[in-house]
Amino acid sequence: MREISVKTLIDVVEKLCIDANQYLPEDVKKAIKTCRACEDWDIAAGVLDNIIENFEIAEREDVPICQDTGMACVFLEIGQDVHLVDGDLTEAINEGVRRGYEKGFLRKSVVKDPVRRGNTGDNTPALIYTEIVPGDQVKITVGPKGFGSENMSALRMFKPSAGLQGIKDFILETVSAAGPNPCPPVVVGVGIGGSFDKAALLAKKALMRDLDSSNPDPYYADLEKEMLEKINLLGIGPQGFGGKTTAIGVNIETMPTHIAGMPCAININCHVTRHKTEVV
Amino acid sequence: MIKHITLPLTRELSKTLHAGDTVYLTGDIYTSRDAGHKRMCETLAKGEKLPFDPMDATIYYVGPTPAKPGQVIGSAGPTTSGRMDAYAPTMISVGARGMIGKGARQPDVVEAIKKYDGVYFGAIGGAGALLAKCIKKLEPIAYEDLGAEALCRLYVEEMPLVVVIDCEGNNLYEDGKNAYLKSRK
Repeated sequence: MREISVKTLIDVVEKLCIDANQYLPEDVKKAIKTCRACEDWDIAAGVLDNIIENFEIAEREDVPICQDTGMACVFLEIGQDVHLVDGDLTEAINEGVRRGYEKGFLRKSVVKDPVRRGNTGDNTPALIYTEIVPGDQVKITVGPKGFGSENMSALRMFKPSAGLQGIKDFILETVSAAGPNPCPPVVVGVGIGGSFDKAALLAKKALMRDLDSSNPDPYYADLEKEMLEKINLLGIGPQGFGGKTTAIGVNIETMPTHIAGMPCAININCHVTRHKTEVV
Repeated sequence: MIKHITLPLTRELSKTLHAGDTVYLTGDIYTSRDAGHKRMCETLAKGEKLPFDPMDATIYYVGPTPAKPGQVIGSAGPTTSGRMDAYAPTMISVGARGMIGKGARQPDVVEAIKKYDGVYFGAIGGAGALLAKCIKKLEPIAYEDLGAEALCRLYVEEMPLVVVIDCEGNNLYEDGKNAYLKSRK
């Protein structure tokens, strides 16, 4: 049994919150630049140039890429041979978020009640997703999630007879309906299978996966490619002003499901798709 | 067309702008989001005065990050305008004909834009670090209890925007997409 102090996790989460909000991941930067090179519609090319200039300024000057520094999604993969000591894990993660959002001059965007509202003032609580895995390490991923794009996400409980075509139509329909609202070019996270709740979680996890990776199953890897091409024929373009580049990536995650169902969730993210990981 | 304009956004100035124009905007603008709009509309409903003169004013839908020492403002890109749709026709009707944000608007907002010669500008969503560079002055005016949603006056220089909806109701979100798709046929 390896002992890890939750105090160590506070420091790690603090740093991940700040870094994720200031430095766009390499895979996302690469995807945007590749799309810029292929974009031949003037207004779209101009917007992509501004988007590139923006993440370069953020990186150079250590400022947030976007003012919506999001809710802090914190994914924890905890090795089953780890014993967490020195305090409460949830409180440690929240303390890390609290410190990171304060020290990093990040916006506090969390309200304490969904209906009655009221800003909590420190961007807590974080959205914490815990998974127990083999091993004696803790893998922490922080993915700040903006809500302009979150609000354009969707979930549908399909009949199995809807088949692959049903999923394809749903993806295109969701991205079309979102139009300019989620700050395109977007990243589309798709979760298929499981249950009502698990499909949504798969979609969120899909957004944490590098854009230069593919689903390990060639069937879904091909679907990722096909859907990216089809989305980029919609004409929405960067910021919805028209153009080729509506999405910079489609990531699909799947799991087994019930004989009676085929849940599908689509989690939309903007071009500021942030995630940063550290292993303790 | 590329246009460099200076505020206030008079009816005459507004009429020279067309959907699809790239605009570099200079002058005073006001920040407000959901909570601020709600308060302003409540104030107007009571027959009271707003904390600023809305005539020919432009409102920027933004909730910036806190400024670091030495900065005028933190990252300051636009938020989704649709959440202000419930309030925008009221604001436009009292003279605040300019709006800066991102994303689609409801038909009654477009109608108000047409009726009062308004303009809806799009700023690049997610380009908060870049847009902050154009903001030279920040002065809090009211609603400071709302934190990032406080009402502030900003002085901006050459702020890069695109006209999304003009006073005739032309809409770049429809026209831009259609023009692109037509060019591919």
